[in-house]
Formats: sequence, structure tokens, C-alpha cells
Amino acid sequence: MDDFLAARSQMALSLGFHIIYACIGMVMPFFMAVSHYKWLRTGNDVYKDLTKAWSKGVAIFFATGAVSGTVLSFELGLLWPEFMKHAGPIFGMPFSLEGTAFFIEAIALGFFLYGWQKLNRWFHWFTGLVVGMSGLASGILVVAANAWMNSPAGFDFVNGKYLNIDPMAAMFNRAWFSQALHMTLAAFASTGFAVAGVHALMLLRNRERVFHAKAFRIAAVFGCVAAMLQPLSGDISAKDVAQRQPAKLAAMEALYKTERRAPLIIGGIPDDKTERVNAKLEIPGLLSFMAHGDWNAEVKGLDQFPANDRPPVAITHYAFQVMVGIGTLLMAVSVLYFIALIRKKSWLERGWFLKLFVFAIPLGYIALEAGWVVTEVGRQPWIIYNVMRTSEAVTPMPGIAWSFYIFSAIYLSLSLIVIFLLYRQIKMVPVLYSSNPDLNKTT
Amino acid sequence: MESVVLIFLCVSILLYFLLGGADFGAGIVELLTSRKNLSKTRKTMYHAIGPVWEANHMWLIIAVVILFVGFPVIYSTMSVYLHIPLAIMLIGIIARGTAFVFRHYDAVKDSMQQTYNRIFVYSSFITPLFLGIIAGSVISRHIDTGATDFASAYIWGWLNGFSVSVGLFTVALCGFLAAIYLIGESDDHADRKRFIRKAKQMNLAAVASGCVVFIFAEQDEVPLRTWIFENPVGLSAVIAATLSLVALWYLLLRGKTTVLRILAGFQVTMILLAISYAHFPYFLRLKNGRDLSLYEHMAPEKTMQTLGIALLAGSVLILPFLGYLFYSFQRSTED
Ligand code: HDD
Ligand code: HEM
Ligand code: HEM
Repeated sequence: MDDFLAARSQMALSLGFHIIYACIGMVMPFFMAVSHYKWLRTGNDVYKDLTKAWSKGVAIFFATGAVSGTVLSFELGLLWPEFMKHAGPIFGMPFSLEGTAFFIEAIALGFFLYGWQKLNRWFHWFTGLVVGMSGLASGILVVAANAWMNSPAGFDFVNGKYLNIDPMAAMFNRAWFSQALHMTLAAFASTGFAVAGVHALMLLRNRERVFHAKAFRIAAVFGCVAAMLQPLSGDISAKDVAQRQPAKLAAMEALYKTERRAPLIIGGIPDDKTERVNAKLEIPGLLSFMAHGDWNAEVKGLDQFPANDRPPVAITHYAFQVMVGIGTLLMAVSVLYFIALIRKKSWLERGWFLKLFVFAIPLGYIALEAGWVVTEVGRQPWIIYNVMRTSEAVTPMPGIAWSFYIFSAIYLSLSLIVIFLLYRQIKMVPVLYSSNPDLNKTT
Repeated sequence: MESVVLIFLCVSILLYFLLGGADFGAGIVELLTSRKNLSKTRKTMYHAIGPVWEANHMWLIIAVVILFVGFPVIYSTMSVYLHIPLAIMLIGIIARGTAFVFRHYDAVKDSMQQTYNRIFVYSSFITPLFLGIIAGSVISRHIDTGATDFASAYIWGWLNGFSVSVGLFTVALCGFLAAIYLIGESDDHADRKRFIRKAKQMNLAAVASGCVVFIFAEQDEVPLRTWIFENPVGLSAVIAATLSLVALWYLLLRGKTTVLRILAGFQVTMILLAISYAHFPYFLRLKNGRDLSLYEHMAPEKTMQTLGIALLAGSVLILPFLGYLFYSFQRSTED
């Protein structure tokens, strides 16, 4: 493996790993806060047990998220020193604000986890909410930094020099809003579906029904609301990409030739040599409509860009298909869920309905990773769009492949341990919380 | 505003040394605790650092962010030439943080516990060792940006007598800080006695490894002696550290925990000050003599301005809460 490829793979791996923990760390506190609130209001101890059970999961994820995030802040320099040398002062603003958000989050988590008997009940509840809010803030801030790489702003690039730096303008670049919105929804959708799915599985196995039914409901409502909004926000993102990064849009859609009334391609195998897409399904005009709001608008194809400025088409295209496919599916499941909530209460007990959620456990995260592949691979060959190439940014140190192998092994084993721990937490629910007679009754 | 940023950089590095150091040290103390006392020590330690360890490690992130936003050339040069020790330190951070949390939150307490324990104590040793190695390399003029072969560019810059001895010195200091901190957290007599003994041992280890640092400094031509003994601030700091050492040993026998903590923190602060004051603002000293100064390699003014404001605003938000956190969990004994 050559060093450049290894550096890219290590970055992608570390981010792909971190993002899952980060999402759980920013979304679970909200589930906990709801459950905690219900306990404080109703005094029903099932909610207290649920809050405690979830909080243990969150502690595990939070620690993993925190250490992997620490690794990232060094890796930016370890792998991309040339990039950081120039970009640091420009796009660093969100990172420095993020420091504050993390700090507040870590402090609030300390209060929340260890404060069950020490703090005023509502203050304790509030600290849990603060964990979620500051997590959300850090997610939004770091995505603003990423958006800057897609849509550089806040400096003038003159003869290879970065002049007139304005960190605030860099932070509020053109892409930050659409990306932050889409990312936040993605975090809620993926974590909501994953958590709901795990509890659905327990319901299917007929375990502690009251406990798991309540847990399922809280997570499913969050996940489904987010999943319904996700395609809308995705549409905003797509229009935005069409404006600022036409090469990325063309790669997402595998559109080799510039066209009016451009079709939306579903599926298909792009072939860079012949510049054709095989085995595809086309909906005429839809791409023009989605990108520019006009069925006959012209959409720029890859032919507008010199070969060495084009992103890898196949990866971007497949990743985009996967994301949109899953997005559509999750939206459909969400519609069913709301029908069940409003009209067909009986579905909530049915095997097929619960199985649907079990099936969806990994889907949100797959879409999330796919979406990032679209964004990051679609930006290539640039690390700062139209300003600096990724290959110019990479570290001069040879042997990065070794570092990649070692980090892969570490992340793989960590993931396995986390899954193992979670399995044990869930397995132990009846033992740890058996003091509560309610738990084992059926609804 | 530039000075605000510099102060924040220095303070966050210092606090990471003190708080993160005490945190690492807890693992080192555990490593050196005999088997029969282990479970008691672990319990005390968990109550002591459980609620605060996340916050303690934030200081490292703050320092790194200040470096890459405010002093990008220094950050990227360090990242390139100290890649290997940084990567090892990161692996240590991952291993330690996760093992610490996993062992507490594993719902089944079985033989996995031993695995977590082992990972936790060894990474508690490795991480500060490499932290110290990095600190030593930064000031020792061993880093050679002109090197053409792999070993001189990426290995000998940090793998040398001076850097490694600074690493070991750091480990001893961390153990010392932790032992002092834990004295105040334990609730029974025998326990406190053990920590007092540990604190003494660690203190001796620190003094001994400190001497080794001096020997290697002479050999590797690091002007440590000049910095400390020929500079008024360096000299006063060392004298203050020595005096506080005497006071500390005296008080150890009486066990005034708050005063002990303050003295230990003061002592480590003075040591850091003595080492770094004389060559401030030269943060990264390179082999070719072209030392990188914090002033010359600052980010443009506008960036420093916004960074300073962000840091000030952040601390207004954070410090009261952080103080309250430490206050609330003094001697906490709750799950
Ligand atoms: C649960 C996850 C998930 C789901 C269901 C979807 N997305 Fe997405 N998408 C993401 C998770 C995601 C993401 C991982 O969060 C990305 C990466 C960067 C970003 O801002 O969000 C993303 C990026 C992203 C981009 C690129 C944005 C950019 O580069 O600035 C577009 C155009 C879309 N998405 C469009 C859609 C559409 C039309 C969907 C329709 C169903 C959709 N996404 C569902
Ligand atoms: C968390 C979600 C993210 C994921 C899953 C992700 C994914 C990826 C992937 C797949 C690559 C490799 C691209 C390639 O090999 O062609 C990459 C590269 C990179 N990403 Fe991201 N990214 C994420 C967010 C971010 C953020 C928030 C930043 C910065 C603030 C960032 C900075 C970078 C950098 C510096 C590179 C290396 C250069 C490159 O290969 O493009 N990424 N990321
Ligand atoms: C889109 C990408 C990212 C998102 C959404 C994100 C979000 C988050 C969130 C919510 C946390 C809190 C941890 C938790 O609650 O589990 C976190 C932790 C962290 N992240 Fe990320 N992050 C992303 C990428 C990055 C990048 C690129 C960096 C570094 C350059 C980074 C650095 C950190 C650090 C240092 C922490 C630890 C903070 C702590 O101790 O709480 N993150 N991230």
C-alpha cells in the first residue's frame, strides 16, 4: 500500500470510527433526558431504570468517542501537516469553540453519572440535557470545519499565499448550514433506529416487556421524526452541492456528459473508460429538477473538468446510491410507525413490525458512513476545494501503511469489545434491575 | 490578545501535566501496589478520578487546538518529526481511557477484568513516558529537519538519552502527584498510610530520575544547567521547589491533605517553570539551531484575536462549573 493511500485510509478509518461514537454520544443523552423526565414526573421506576441502563451505555460510548476524537485532533497534523500549516489559522475557529463545548459536555457528564444521590433532582436532570446540547453543538461546529474544506471562505488565495484571513467568515461558509442540518438529522435517525431496533429485538424475545416497550418508543419517535425530515434536508444539500461543487454532483450521479433535462440514474455501474453507466434505471429530467429546480436546466457533467480534477466516480456514485436508498427505506418505515402510533396500535406488538426495526439496526449508520464517503471522496482530488490538493498535504514520513495497519487493528478490537460490553449490559438488565417487580410484567 | 493565547497555552499544558498527570499516576500507583491491597486501591482510585478524568484530559485537546490554530508551523513540524512518539502516546491514550471505563461498566465482573486492569496500568505508564519523551525532544535540539535518512529524521530526534530520561522523570512525577492526591481521597488509616509511603517512594524516584536527566543533558549538550542555574527565574523556581519539598516531607507525616496537594502542585509547577522559562519563547528547538519561536510563528493577527476571545468566553463558561465539579466530588462515595 503506498503511503498516500495509507494516509487517506487511516483518516477515513479514524473518522468513520469516531463518527459513530460521536453520534451516539450526542443523541443518547436526549433519549435519557426524556426517560429521566418521565421518571421525575410520573415516579414510575421503570423510567429510572431505563435512564440508568442507558447512561451506562453512554458512558462506554462517550469514553470511546472522547479518545478517538483526541486521536483525530493529532492525526490532522500527523497525516496532513501541510494542510494544517495553512488551514489551521483559517478553519480553526470552530475547533476552538468546540473545545468549550467538549469541556462543558465532559463536566456535565461527570455531574450526571455520579450525581444521582448528590444533586437536586431537577438540576441533575438538567446536567443530562446539557450533555446532549453541548454534544450537539460540537457536532455542528466540527461539521462547519469540514464544510469549509468543501467551500473555502474567509481568506484570499494569492500566489500560493493565504492572505486576509477572517476566521468567522471561514466558519460561516456557504456549506456549513446544509451540512450541519443534514448531519444532525443523520445522527438522530441512525441512533434512533439502532436503539429502537435493539429494544425491538428484546421485545421479540419477550424479555422485560414494559422496560423495552418504553425504551423502544422513546428511541423510535426520535429516529422516525428525523428520518422523515432527512430526505428534505438531503434535497437542500444536493442543490447546494450542485452550486458549489458541480464535479462532486456529477460524480454522485455518474453524469459523464453535460446535459439539459438530465436524468436521475438509479443503480448502474459507471465505467470510466467508456464514460458510460451500464445496467441503470433512468428517470428523465429528474436530476435537472433536483439540482436546479427546473426539469430542463443544464447539469454540468464530468466532461467539464480536466481528468486530474475529477473525483473517483464509482465510489462516490455507489455511496450516494446506498445513502439515498437507505434514506428512502427508513422514511417508509417511519411512515408505518406513525400509522401504527395513530391508527393501528396493534401493529406495535406484531412480529413483522418489530422485525422491520431489528433489520434497520445497522442501516442508519451505513447511510451515515456512505454519506461521508460521498462528501469526502466527492471532494477529491482536493483537500481544500480548488485550493490545495490532497497529495500536496500528506506527511513526508514514509511507512504510513504500518501506522494504518496498527490503527485498524486497534479500532477493530475496540469495536468488538464495545459490542461485547453492550451485549453484556443488555443481557444483565433483568439481574441488575430485578429489584423492580414492574419490569417483568407483560403489557 | 497574543498574550492571552500564550497564557492559555501555557496554563493548559501545565494543567494537563498536573491533572492529567495525577490521573496517569493513579495507574502507575496501581501498577506498583502489591496484590493484596489492589482492590482497595482500585476502589479509592475509581472514586477519586471517575468523575473528573474526562475533564482532566480536555486540557490536552485545548493545548493541541491552540497550537494548530495559533501556531500552525510549530504544530505541523512537531507532527512530522515526532510522528512516532505521538502515535504511541495516542495509542496509550486510547488504551487507557477505554480500559478504565470498560472495567467499571462491564456488567459482568469476570476474568475480563484482569485484561482491562493490565491494559490500564501499562498504558498509564507508557502514555506519560512518551509525553515526557516528546517534551524532552521538543527542547533538546535533537530534531533534525534537514535529515535525509529515515532514522535521523524520524527516530533519533526522540529516541535519545535525554528525551527518554525526561520521559522517566515525567512518569515519576505523575506517580508522585497521584499518590499525594489519593491520600486525601482514602477514608481509612491503613490506606492513607500506604499512599503516604507511595508518595515518598515516588518522590525519591523523581529526584533520582531528575539527576539522570541532568547527566544526560550534559552528555547530549542540552544547556539545562545554564537554563536553571544561571537564570534568576530558573534558579528561584528550583529553590522554591526544593523548599516546598522539605515542607512536603514534614507535612506528609502529619497528613494535611489540602496543603499537601497545593505543595505538590506547586512543586511540579516550579520544576516546569525552571525548565522552560529560560528558553521561552523558543518552543521547538531544532538541530540546525533554527529554533521556532512562539512569537515568530504566530498565526495572523485576526486569528489570534478571535482565538483569544473564544478562549476567554469559553473559560467564563467553564471554570465555575469545573470548580463546582471538583468541589462536589471531593471524597464522593457513590456509584
Ligand atoms: C442516516 C444517514 C443519512 C441518510 C438517511 C441520508 N443521508 Fe445524506 N448524508 C449523510 C447521512 C444521510 C451524512 C453522513 O451525514 C452526510 C455527509 C456530509 C453531510 O453533511 O452529511 C450526507 C451527505 C449528503 C450529501 C452531500 C452533501 C455535501 O457534500 O455537502 C447529499 C447531496 C445528500 N447527503 C443527500 C441525501 C439525500 C437526497 C437523502 C435522501 C434520502 C439522504 N442524503 C439521506
Ligand atoms: C465524521 C465523518 C467523516 C467521515 C466518515 C469522513 C470520511 C473521510 C473519507 C472517506 C476520507 C478519505 C477520502 C479518500 O480517500 O478519497 C476522508 C478524508 C479526509 N477528511 Fe473526512 N470524513 C468525515 C468528516 C471530516 C471532518 C469533520 C473533517 C475535518 C474537519 C475531515 C477532514 C478530512 C481530511 C483532512 C481528509 C484527508 C484528505 C482526503 O483524503 O480527503 N473529515 N474523510
Ligand atoms: C463530522 C464529524 C464529527 C462529528 C459529528 C463529531 C462530533 C463529536 C461529538 C458529539 C463528540 C462528543 C463525544 C461523545 O459525546 O461521545 C466528539 C468528541 C470529540 N471529537 Fe469529534 N466529531 C467529528 C469529527 C471530529 C474531528 C475531525 C475531530 C478532530 C480534529 C474531532 C475531535 C474530537 C475530540 C477531540 C473529541 C473529544 C472530546 C471529549 O473528550 O469529549 N471530531 N466529536
